[in-house]
Amino acid sequence: MTAVEIAAAVRSGQRSARSVVDEHLDVIAGGDADIHAFNLVAADQARARADEIDGAVAAGSDPGPLAGVPVALKDNLCTRGLATTCSSRILEDWAPPYDASVVEQLHNAGAVVVGKTNMDEFAMGSSTENSAFGPTCNPCDTSRVPGGSSGGSAAAVAAGFAPVALGSDTGGSIRQPAALCGVVGVKPTYGLVSRYGLVAFASSLDQIGPFTTTVADAAAVLDVISGPDARDSTSISEPQPPVSHTLADGIDGLRVGVLTELSGNGIAPDVAAQLQAAVRALESAGASVAEASAPAAVYGLSAYYLIAPAEASSNLARYDGVRYGLRVDGPSTPDMNTATRSAGFGDEVKRRIMIGTYALSAGYYDAYYGKAQKVRTLIINDFASVWERFDLLVSPTSPTTAFPLGERTADPMAMYMSDVCTVPVNLTGQAAMSVPYGVGDDGLPVGVQIMAPALGEPVMFRAAAVLEASL
Amino acid sequence: MSDEAQTIPGLGAPADTEWETVVGLEVHAELATATKLFSASPNRFGGEPNTHIDPVSLGLPGSLPVLNEKAVELAIRVGLALNCRIQPSVFARKNYFYPDMPKDFQISQYDQPINVDGWLELPSGKRVGIERAHLEEDTGKTVHIGGGGRIHEAGYSLVDYNRAGVPLIEIVGHPELRSAEEARQYVSELRSILVAVGASDGKMEEGSLRVDCNVSVRPVGSDRLGTRCEIKNVNSLRSLGRAIEYEARRQIDQLTSGQAIEQQTRHWNEDDGRTHALRSKEEDYDYRYFPEPDLLPLNPSTEWVEQIRHALPALPRDRRMNLAEAAPSVDIDNIALAVERSMDELALAAISGGGAAERVMTHIVQNLADGSGQLTPEALAELVGMEEAGELTATQAKKVLAVLVEGGGSPQDAAQTLGFEAMDTDELESLVDSLIAEHADEWSRFCDGDAKLTGFFVGQVMKATQGRADGKAVTQLLNSRRG
Repeated sequence: MTAVEIAAAVRSGQRSARSVVDEHLDVIAGGDADIHAFNLVAADQARARADEIDGAVAAGSDPGPLAGVPVALKDNLCTRGLATTCSSRILEDWAPPYDASVVEQLHNAGAVVVGKTNMDEFAMGSSTENSAFGPTCNPCDTSRVPGGSSGGSAAAVAAGFAPVALGSDTGGSIRQPAALCGVVGVKPTYGLVSRYGLVAFASSLDQIGPFTTTVADAAAVLDVISGPDARDSTSISEPQPPVSHTLADGIDGLRVGVLTELSGNGIAPDVAAQLQAAVRALESAGASVAEASAPAAVYGLSAYYLIAPAEASSNLARYDGVRYGLRVDGPSTPDMNTATRSAGFGDEVKRRIMIGTYALSAGYYDAYYGKAQKVRTLIINDFASVWERFDLLVSPTSPTTAFPLGERTADPMAMYMSDVCTVPVNLTGQAAMSVPYGVGDDGLPVGVQIMAPALGEPVMFRAAAVLEASL
Repeated sequence: MSDEAQTIPGLGAPADTEWETVVGLEVHAELATATKLFSASPNRFGGEPNTHIDPVSLGLPGSLPVLNEKAVELAIRVGLALNCRIQPSVFARKNYFYPDMPKDFQISQYDQPINVDGWLELPSGKRVGIERAHLEEDTGKTVHIGGGGRIHEAGYSLVDYNRAGVPLIEIVGHPELRSAEEARQYVSELRSILVAVGASDGKMEEGSLRVDCNVSVRPVGSDRLGTRCEIKNVNSLRSLGRAIEYEARRQIDQLTSGQAIEQQTRHWNEDDGRTHALRSKEEDYDYRYFPEPDLLPLNPSTEWVEQIRHALPALPRDRRMNLAEAAPSVDIDNIALAVERSMDELALAAISGGGAAERVMTHIVQNLADGSGQLTPEALAELVGMEEAGELTATQAKKVLAVLVEGGGSPQDAAQTLGFEAMDTDELESLVDSLIAEHADEWSRFCDGDAKLTGFFVGQVMKATQGRADGKAVTQLLNSRRG
């Protein structure tokens, strides 16, 4: 059952939330040993919450648009009293005293949190192999990675553990695993969804979004979690129209661009073939399709790998052993800080903290961080001119289908390349999503990325619905 | 240089003729908001440790700062009062590890501060340039347990985050102060301004006003700045003066003995009266400033700034000018003192109510040091009038004033209650005549020109009248009797 179907059944009293939750907990119990999508399954809490919702329905009140829908949360979303580890040793035992804004919103909409999902440590990675608690496997082929960093959330939805999961997307961390696991994944416009309670990786790029099996489910979840939040200064202060109301409006007359910089070099032929199929589907739905170009987008990955580590080096400074999380003692406070961080962070996190610290250092700032910000401005300008001629852009989400576990762990550059199609949109703050579109030569899912200008979610979702229906 | 400094041994020529002290001050003032700079926790001094906290002021993972509008308003008030340009500004992260800083970075303003290019005028009329006055958050406090509170010997340390996130304004002055005394005047004036505009309570002893001093010396006549040292831990106006004098002396000694000054951060030790090296320039942090991505650029509208400007109260400088205009014969130190004690309104009202300016100011400066209590400007003007008319002596006026401060009322009634009725001339004349008869020896010496005996006779009159007589009238009478 989809999330929309579950909510309808629970709200009308046809099904109990408890039975829905029990069923999903059974699937998790039966399957997660092979997948390792979850860091923590909150079974008791989920059942208690389901009973509450059933009580509300019995009392004649409406628990909300996601009544009884099981939701898995990436383990960097703060949950009151429930461990929030970021898949890091340094936060292994940390339980926040507060809920993230999105967690409150889901709760108020009647959703039921079933657990916290595995991820690349502090969201740094593209395969979920950088988890301190071991990798997650792709439910389509357990010898393959699920993508990352929100690999646990993508896998949880793909494996049927929950119809909905939330992830965070800093450079593609929702869209790329969605593509590799064959589910829908949305990176909303920066500021559309509150970041309050999302453990920061790179603050100017991070955005929370949903994983679902259908476009309609993704729309329903986005409508719940988007909106102004006084606790996040970067949250967009005006409420936006819901995306689910216009899903079926079609795309007749829309101008769609195929972004050449993200659709040519380095894209596997079987992935490119699926993109062509998607383009034909959009055309037959009435859209006009042409090539589009944002030349500076090719520098996206380089700019990203300076800006994101720079912000991360500062965001992750607070894990110093003083207040919470891991502490490894030392003869002095600085020694304790060093011992704690040496033991608590994995290699990729350390690598990025070092890159970021270097990029911000006196004498290097202008050459690295400063220049990367200028490139970011160029990319924003290039996209701005593209939007004068196009309503939407498409590209592959990932250059390849899911790669084997272990294949790229020794080669950071090869790993970073899997974000090449997704990173530019984080730098511009625009909306983008990945929609599953057929399979590659290996039989593994391929995702098509749809990009829209800032706050272009309603149009983006209409195109996603068209693609979904064309399969 | 003070006399004290010149007595330090090992010194050649007097310091103040060959060397000039150059001081630039960085003053941090806690802004008097109800809540912290980026969260809703109370901004309140003291309290049980770690009770004024929340996820944001603890920097918990996932927490985000939200700017306190009141803090911005207070910062703008300070900027306007210091004649600064108010400009669009950007918050930045200042990165360094310290346990009392919850995020291991401080949110501050770096290359685009809210207030720039202002000046402050000392009571002497000298203008000192203000480079910038920017917003930033305060840190928590670390307490070292064991080892006499010293960090290196402490058994363990405890951190109190009540102060973390309290809004600060950092006011950076140009190095245009030329003595410890000028530095004291600058801080004193700055404090008066901060208090006057309601931006801060200005309490150095509670740490709501903190001063870092940059001190250097150079040969008199040189226009190049010497290598400076920054002095921290100066907690009162008195130690500010002492620390600058000590540090200037230390640098002069070093230079005259042929050694160069090393750029250092130094710690003032109140107990031994010396500054001690904390770290050298090479050991300074690289703060890796970059724009704070969790906050938007701050761009106060012109309308808002103008609204704040119009609502600003009169500043100490303007108040001094007003009072000096009303009391032109009173010297500037006493004018400044009256303003500093917030007695200028009382003085102005009493003067415009007809009180003689000089006498009004004498009472304000000499007799009202502990406050004016129930005294009204009308009563002060009337009291001064009675003195002028010879109805009260200075001594009596002082006693009447005390009554008015304590319980209010009119000086006529108070004088009557105290029995201070002016003596009529006949009564005084007969008293003086009887005293002359009683003290014939003294009288003849007085008549021979021994002026000291004036005091003797006046004293006798005062004794006999319990101070009711007017000393001047007695002296006149004595002279006229002498012929």
